[in-house]
Amino acid sequence: MVALVIAEHDNASLKGSTHHTVTAAAQCGGEVHVLVAGSNASAAAAAAAQIAGVSKVLVADAPYFAEGLAENVAEQILAVAGNYSHILAPATAYGKNILPRVAAKLDVAQISEITKVDAPDTFERPIYAGNAIAYVQSSDKVKVITVRTTGFDAAAATGGSAATENVAAVADVGKSSFVGREVAKSDRPELTAAKIIVSGGRGIGSAENFKVLEPLADKLNAAMGASRAAVDAGFVPNDWQVGQTGKIVAPSLYIAVGISGAIQHLAGMKDSKTIVAINKDPEAPIFSVADYGIVGDLFEVVPELVKELG
Amino acid sequence: MKVLVPVKRVVDYNVKVRVKSDGTGVDIANVKMSMNPFDEIALEEATRLKEAGKVTEVVAVSCGVAQCQETLRTGMAIGADRGILVETATELEPLAVAKLLKALADKEQPQLIILGKQAIDDDSNQTGQMLAALLGWPQATFASKVVLEDGKAIVTREVDGGLETIALTLPAIVTTDLRLNEPRYVTLPNIMKAKKKPLETVKPEDLGVDVTPRLKTLKVVEPAKRSAGIKVPDVATLVSKLRTEAKVI
Repeated sequence: MVALVIAEHDNASLKGSTHHTVTAAAQCGGEVHVLVAGSNASAAAAAAAQIAGVSKVLVADAPYFAEGLAENVAEQILAVAGNYSHILAPATAYGKNILPRVAAKLDVAQISEITKVDAPDTFERPIYAGNAIAYVQSSDKVKVITVRTTGFDAAAATGGSAATENVAAVADVGKSSFVGREVAKSDRPELTAAKIIVSGGRGIGSAENFKVLEPLADKLNAAMGASRAAVDAGFVPNDWQVGQTGKIVAPSLYIAVGISGAIQHLAGMKDSKTIVAINKDPEAPIFSVADYGIVGDLFEVVPELVKELG
Repeated sequence: MKVLVPVKRVVDYNVKVRVKSDGTGVDIANVKMSMNPFDEIALEEATRLKEAGKVTEVVAVSCGVAQCQETLRTGMAIGADRGILVETATELEPLAVAKLLKALADKEQPQLIILGKQAIDDDSNQTGQMLAALLGWPQATFASKVVLEDGKAIVTREVDGGLETIALTLPAIVTTDLRLNEPRYVTLPNIMKAKKKPLETVKPEDLGVDVTPRLKTLKVVEPAKRSAGIKVPDVATLVSKLRTEAKVI
């Protein structure tokens, strides 16, 4: 039994989601291999070989893997799928985009966003925005799985010494091409990897007003997030969205400011270790999941909090 | 150019579902059902493309129980020209739906299929990508903007770091994200008109597709509950609790 993890990377480095996926793969019971499909991705491949618990790294290098187009990466996975018992990718925009193509071509069901491995063929996954947990058993010959990264600790980035093997790159599928990318530059930690998140909702009122959260995020070295309402209103960019259909996060501290707490938002953050809610409405549903709540005007409470933190 | 839009009947997004006491699933008896919100966005996009003269026909498709006809009627009230129901009482997994849609696409020959990126019941986020693979078509998932020009679809996608734009040769698959558009409210005259639009019903057997589930759900349980916390009177108390009790700062 050998599991194959599809590495998420930007050619130069691995994304943290890969390390969490390795942990899930190891729990499937056998050896763990990692596939790095990229362009000039030797640095990412070298990083993969260092992950504790990985015994082999497959590298497929071609210019048309540079941007991770689903069509090409899926074909590459299929080319090496061979005798793997499990194929896993992180349940991020990257993994979700690619892996169902692989499952369909292998004629197997995909098991999405697992949060626990109960047995090599049995997995737990949240459904209905996390309001229920399904225990799912697969009798397919290959288990194709996306992994909710908050459900598994990250495998250590060092300590491993896997062999690296170059594999032949498949041909360019040629039906899609990369045009461009707008990536927000930020000095803050990445949302899904941050230990502390300061998140704002509709109650913030405007894009301008979101600045009230910045000193707090600075002070705590926190990532900034938002509810769907704040994103839809155009206060902040889409990749800040925390929730059922946005990012799933589980930091040690989640500070929800001006967020009422719709079930779709709670689905994205209720596994946080400690939740603080600041809201002027004492009846807001967010208080039902918050460890500590403050009822008050966020424009007074937040600056006061910054001051108190010293 | 013809566009196919698959729509799923799901528990309304405002309903908080309850897990059945025997652990066999969630209780959806007597619960309000609606069109999956992402599919509504897909239909709106197809309808706007038709209104802009880029598309000639919009066909809504649903797979499932007979009541999915209501979902299709809603789809036709938004703007679909006709509907196709693949009727079955079997609980359908994304792979089975993708196979049914492939069979319909082979028959209907659309140039574009727009789907919701995920259904809010099983949260699988698979069907569009699976359909693209089965058809051998390119895909643009999580779309926030779609432009059709020169036989291509130029699609902006919501990805983890921001936005990404890719170009696809047609025919192609697009799956919708929340910011693609804001679906219109269906008006009473359009609901009346939708009742007269053609709705065809077929069975999975007619399409030669085996929809037997591959996964077995052993049980469904409630998630671990967070114990309710406390309201603190002031910021000083909060900071002290975070430092000494929660030890997170």
